[in-house]
Amino acid sequence: MAQTFDYVKAGLKAAWPICLGYFPIGLSLGVLAQKGGLFPWQVGLMSLLVFAGGSQFIAVAMLGSGASIPAVVTTAFMVNLRHLLMSSALAVHFPGVSRRFLALFAYGVTDESFAVNMVRFNQGGWDRRSALTLNQAGNLTWFVSTVAGVYVGEFIPAGALGIDYALTGMFICLLVFQLRGPVFVATALVAAFCSVVAFLWLPGNAYVIVASCVAATAGFILKRALRHGRGKP
Amino acid sequence: MSVADYLLLTAGMGVVTYLPRLLPLVAFSRRQLPAWFVEWLELVPPAILSALIAPTLFAQASPRVFVLGKADLLAALPTLAFALKTRSLAGTVVVGMLCYWGLHYLR
Repeated sequence: MAQTFDYVKAGLKAAWPICLGYFPIGLSLGVLAQKGGLFPWQVGLMSLLVFAGGSQFIAVAMLGSGASIPAVVTTAFMVNLRHLLMSSALAVHFPGVSRRFLALFAYGVTDESFAVNMVRFNQGGWDRRSALTLNQAGNLTWFVSTVAGVYVGEFIPAGALGIDYALTGMFICLLVFQLRGPVFVATALVAAFCSVVAFLWLPGNAYVIVASCVAATAGFILKRALRHGRGKP
Repeated sequence: MSVADYLLLTAGMGVVTYLPRLLPLVAFSRRQLPAWFVEWLELVPPAILSALIAPTLFAQASPRVFVLGKADLLAALPTLAFALKTRSLAGTVVVGMLCYWGLHYLR
């Protein structure tokens, strides 16, 4: 039991940059939702059932402009398709884990929790209970901040303490942790380039999936080519 | 929008956002994956992280145009340097926030 507690503590400790980053985003979603005529319970329910920042912002905007339910649901599906990739990459670290645990864990897979958990798993010694705790801590923060936004969001000055930059700062550092060799650096550079190009040319956030797949494939080919080159006399 | 409609909407959104998170985890955690696929998946995290960050640094959101010299990019330089030097997540987040805040203050 004491051991489980330690894993939970480790998960909470690793979750703080995520929670810090979610707060201003959650608050602003709450403010927008309130302006769009949603009640606190509606915002809270959506944060619990959907737990996807991008999709929720878009949903609030679409509801405001009178979009139909199928249109909003389809958009949410498209926006969150990138989690297919993240969930696939995470799967390697959950060999033979029970379906019940995976069902709980999957609920909390976000860009941010994926990034932190992946780095921790690669560093070794990261227990899946810590990973689950981290996911749920993010979810709780999201729920609280979005609902709080409905009530208090308007009174908080925009840009206070540079808190809007917390997630970008976290992603930059996690990317650095992921650069474990020249092939990884090359992959990241290709991804950055493709992502900006795709961002300018493709609608929505298809750019994440397109750029990630192209870059991972390019990195894979490069890795094979290098290995092949070394194999020759 | 009626209460029933709203419940239907959130339930629908819940299902379509949950399945992409769940299905690969269940499918890929219980079988031996081909080596090439594992090797490819290993490159997915740096690719995704880089793809998520880059437009924030190099482009404006609406309308979508390429921009060089956003506060996000300028703050990213010392943040990246700090991350490379110290490899401290907490420190990097704080340094990033302070740089970003400072830049907005200067402008």
